[in-house]
Amino acid sequence: MTMNRRTVLQGAAAASAIIAAPGLVRAQAPAIKIGILQPVTGALAQDGEYGRLGAEIALNEINAAGGIKSMGGARLQMVFGDARSNPEGGTSEVERMQSEGVAAIVGGFASPIVLASSQAASRYDIPYICDVGVSDQIVSRGLKNTFRFGPGFGVVTRTALENLSKLNDAAGKPAKTVVIVHEDGLFGAGMAKLLNDRLPAAGFEILETIAHPTPSRDMSNVALRIRALNPDLVIPSSYYAEFVLLSRTMQQQRIRPKGVYAILNGAASNFRFVKEFPDAANLVMDCNHWADPRKPKTAQVKALAEQGGRFWLYNTPLNYSCVRLLADAIERAGSADRGKITEALAASTFADHIMPYGPTKFENGQNTGAAPVNTQVQNGDIKVIFPDAFADAKPVFPAV
Amino acid sequence: MLKLDIFLSALANGLMTGAVYALIALGLTLVYGVLHIINFAHGATLTAAMFAVFVAHSVFKIDPYIAIVILTPLFFGLGYAVQRFVINPASHGNDSNILLVTLGLSIIIENALLAGFRSDTRSIDVPYGFSVIEIGNLFLSTPKVVAFFASFVVAGLLWLLLARTDTGKAIRAVAREKTGAALSGINVDHIYAVTFGLGAACLAIAACLLMPTFLVNPRIGNAFVLVAFTIVVLGGMGSIAGALVGGLIIGVVESLSGLYFGESLGQIGIFLIFILVLLFRPTGLFGAKA
Repeated sequence: MTMNRRTVLQGAAAASAIIAAPGLVRAQAPAIKIGILQPVTGALAQDGEYGRLGAEIALNEINAAGGIKSMGGARLQMVFGDARSNPEGGTSEVERMQSEGVAAIVGGFASPIVLASSQAASRYDIPYICDVGVSDQIVSRGLKNTFRFGPGFGVVTRTALENLSKLNDAAGKPAKTVVIVHEDGLFGAGMAKLLNDRLPAAGFEILETIAHPTPSRDMSNVALRIRALNPDLVIPSSYYAEFVLLSRTMQQQRIRPKGVYAILNGAASNFRFVKEFPDAANLVMDCNHWADPRKPKTAQVKALAEQGGRFWLYNTPLNYSCVRLLADAIERAGSADRGKITEALAASTFADHIMPYGPTKFENGQNTGAAPVNTQVQNGDIKVIFPDAFADAKPVFPAV
Repeated sequence: MLKLDIFLSALANGLMTGAVYALIALGLTLVYGVLHIINFAHGATLTAAMFAVFVAHSVFKIDPYIAIVILTPLFFGLGYAVQRFVINPASHGNDSNILLVTLGLSIIIENALLAGFRSDTRSIDVPYGFSVIEIGNLFLSTPKVVAFFASFVVAGLLWLLLARTDTGKAIRAVAREKTGAALSGINVDHIYAVTFGLGAACLAIAACLLMPTFLVNPRIGNAFVLVAFTIVVLGGMGSIAGALVGGLIIGVVESLSGLYFGESLGQIGIFLIFILVLLFRPTGLFGAKA
């Protein structure tokens, strides 16, 4: 833009108008822009939509309750970005959010998106709260801006294996052999590697580890291999569509292992799967994120989320809690300054969330209290089978 | 080494999937044979047809197999109209323009579907979706068996149409020599449009056969069309028998390489074949020498 007499005069006129009427500007506290990043197109669109839903519920609730009080009731304004189910989509939306001046970013969903987006955000010191992404690389890169509220797959796998041993021991050790099925991206492949390290120590023999791409059009070959190997247990780590396809194909091929024990599966604790394919879903167990059914707030958020025929997926309570966690940090920081919010997040003891964790405590960006829950699909409902503290059903194992 | 029945199951799966691949390749090879262009809108048309089946089932409660009767003429008409009133006028008689117009059409169709249906992956649930036909130790998916035989019936009908009817003769004449055909009184523009319509009709049938077991999202057609293109090259550009045999071969190769190399590398066999055919037999299995 060239500076000529006219533009200078226009600028001066605008500036003097603001100086002349300060009351008008101050009357309404400025909105604080919050970046909500989710994949709402592409292979992960369903997860992204439910993540956005959780963020929206939290933002509406905070604004309805009077916004950020330490900043004169400033409202939180959502700047939504579609990560298009890939890392490039995530980073380009981070750049856009930066140009729109967001104070912080929440979301990402899949590990590759979170890794790339939080790195992009770190260049601008934008605080980044990861909602789901379970790869432990996310919090091991020393990025000061990156926080993960939920558990990583290291913790989840440890819990899952402890509970699996408990389950198997209680039933008289019927399961000895395992086939691992995993999607071949960062999340599934990393999970498979961890399981290969740890399952033998827990007394299980891994017959084979089968990888498949996301998206997959056909799971017949995976099912056939499982049929040939005839394992006691199948441990799948896949996203939604592929697991649904696999479990239906297994049902079709009459493959009935003693148990399907999913870890961080995209479908196994998903009410859509349970409602649409009750037979294929029945008795599938999962170790995954899950809202705390003991907290009264959970039922309220669930009721809001289920309006309009939607389902209750873990993405919603996680994103709800992450946005509330951020709002709490902004409240304590008393500022939309990114550095101050980052400091406030690092010192957070936020406890008013709806996940089954205690007060928040970040160590190198990881919430140390975060833990998964074991669920099992039983007769069209998803029941909590571990931890015992709030389990509402006994596990059914072995299934056959 | 895997047990024999596992191998046979994978083989059967490959043949059944291959038959549907062949059906998709039929439309592509027919259009290539007559218009001498690759129809880049083929994948997008398939996606549109699959969404049509989805809408027919979820809104109008029409079974996918019954939808064949409705969607086949509908897509024939659409294909005819698009070629006659959009592609042909826009190409100004230049073949390379047709290519670009179909590419543009594919972008428009894909994004229109994206706008209309969002990017969610959808499927329909029919009672027979996961039912099986038992042959000894083999559990063959009923919809796939239906698709297998239906594909052969469609290929047979298409062959009859080309070999025995006046329209078929006209199509073959235009494919051979369009100026000569025009001079002997054949309306070339009409035949071009009919061919395009037949290609779209094949896709409509393929979509109806696929939907009971497959899923649909606005980009699903691309996955199929890449495979279909390989089939056309393998079978010989413009050859119906080639498309059929090529489809079955590709289906089996995909299934077996998925079984032995793992699902992540399932398509590697297909593209290996693609390169080998281009290197050693560029005319394809049934292709006429150029």
